[in-house]
Amino acid sequence: MRSFLPAYDLQAPRSLAEALALLEREPGVWKPFAGGTDLMVLFEAGALPQRKFLGLWHLSELRDIEVAADAVTLGALATYTQILGNATLQREFPLLCQAARETGGVATQNRGTLGGNIANASPAADSPPALLVYDAELELVAARRSRWVSYQGFHTAYKQMDLRPEELIGRIRLPRSGKSWKQYYRKVGTRKAQAISKVCFAGLAEVEGGTVRDIRIALGSVAPTVIRCVKTEAVLKGQKIGAAALDAAKAALAEEISPIDDFRSTARYRLRVAQNLLGDFLLQLNASTLKNDWKRHATYERFDRLP
Amino acid sequence: MPDAVAKTTVTCTVNGKQRTLRVYPMARLLDVLREEWQLTGTKEGCGEGECGACSVLIDGELVNSCLVPVLQVEGAEITTIEGVADGDRLHAVQEAFISSGGAQCGICTPGMILAAVNLLERVPDPGEAEIRTGLAGNLCRCTGYTKIFAAVVRACQRTQAKA
Ligand SMILES: Cc1cc2nc3c(=O)[nH]c(=O)nc-3n(C[C@H](O)[C@H](O)[C@H](O)COP(=O)(O)OP(=O)(O)OC[C@H]3O[C@@H](n4cnc5c(N)ncnc54)[C@H](O)[C@@H]3O)c2cc1C
Ligand code: FES
Ligand code: FES
Repeated sequence: MRSFLPAYDLQAPRSLAEALALLEREPGVWKPFAGGTDLMVLFEAGALPQRKFLGLWHLSELRDIEVAADAVTLGALATYTQILGNATLQREFPLLCQAARETGGVATQNRGTLGGNIANASPAADSPPALLVYDAELELVAARRSRWVSYQGFHTAYKQMDLRPEELIGRIRLPRSGKSWKQYYRKVGTRKAQAISKVCFAGLAEVEGGTVRDIRIALGSVAPTVIRCVKTEAVLKGQKIGAAALDAAKAALAEEISPIDDFRSTARYRLRVAQNLLGDFLLQLNASTLKNDWKRHATYERFDRLP
Repeated sequence: MPDAVAKTTVTCTVNGKQRTLRVYPMARLLDVLREEWQLTGTKEGCGEGECGACSVLIDGELVNSCLVPVLQVEGAEITTIEGVADGDRLHAVQEAFISSGGAQCGICTPGMILAAVNLLERVPDPGEAEIRTGLAGNLCRCTGYTKIFAAVVRACQRTQAKA
């Protein structure tokens, strides 16, 4: 049922300082409201528990994308469209751009913000896996004291975050590692445009002569929060890419993630897809030297038998 | 009944005309356009951002007006389907929708046309993939999309012929 309109308040402070002062004065009363592409859907369904909203949309302090020598820093209000229009992000952080490109249509990309995607705290959100493999850091701003935290660990449990009632997400910092990562992102959903993920996979790897030097893997929709798969990474580090490494990594991944059955998919399907995406990632890392070894591998044998 | 909040004043420009309104701050732009300003060309399909029937341009950017609280358009310039034609002269995209059979029941058409107009402003000569991406947020249950894509192609041929 529609919400009763006169019961909902929305304030539009003119500056970040004014917004933070209000949060400091009345912590927990005002719910941040950015592009509204998550909140308005709930509003329309009469499913918004809060009644008072603090509009952030016009806070220019939180809008820009800044490129410095050591990092790219995005204001929490940076939209998907802004992300897609940034040449440095396209070049060095293509997984974030791919997440942006696959989030809704143009209208959603014009309005949806990166900060909103993070703070909505859905385990099925699509930019967080990319942020996790890029070792993103978050600036949490408050009237008295702001702090920087690592994004890994920010989501503490299902829909829970290390964010105090008087704080906003201010900026998101992506360190420029200078490494020549091979990068992989894949979102598996019901259809290509506008569908929420059943599984989302982001991976970075540094490979030398068929051996994994460094690797980072993160997934969405397979645990109560988006998750960086450090155990699976550890199993792969230093290993020669091949069927044995893949089998070990798949086993580690199964231990590390905890997919569930819900209205979008089943736990079994999600585990299988997550493992197959891991296989696809490793295959892409070293397609040429792998071919023969891989051919013996069951998954790929099945592919080979296809007409 | 829960306590009512105070109405607020919102001023913006709609299709070139300045408008001011006393309104509840969380009122959806879609409802304000249709019910306060009688601009009923903007349609409601899903009310949750999925279908694009409510598409309008805010400061030249395509948005779903069902997801925009009116307070967010304070000071903004809005274009609705009523503002696309130049008086009685239809926009090239509108002409092309007619001649290509890009509209059937018509509920998706205003949003589809605004998405197409916005696409051609950003990408004057889009390829098929760009057309599909530009219109991906706009659903049509009638045409099967083929004639809509054809209309967009025809519209850019016309604009280029004129240029
Ligand atoms: C049609 C459609 C398709 C979509 N497709 C996808 C998709 O493919 N993948 C995906 O991940 N999401 C998708 N979404 C969801 C949504 O667009 C994104 O999550 C978006 O990034 C949310 O940003 P927003 O600014 O609109 O958030 P809002 O709705 O304004 O806010 C979302 C939450 O974040 C909080 N918040 C916002 N900004 C801040 C801040 N700076 N500090 C603290 N808290 C804050 C709000 O309080 C709220 O809880 C889709 C939505 C629609 C309508
Ligand atoms: S009515 Fe707004 S997107 Fe469907
Ligand atoms: S013409 Fe009927 S929905 Fe598109």
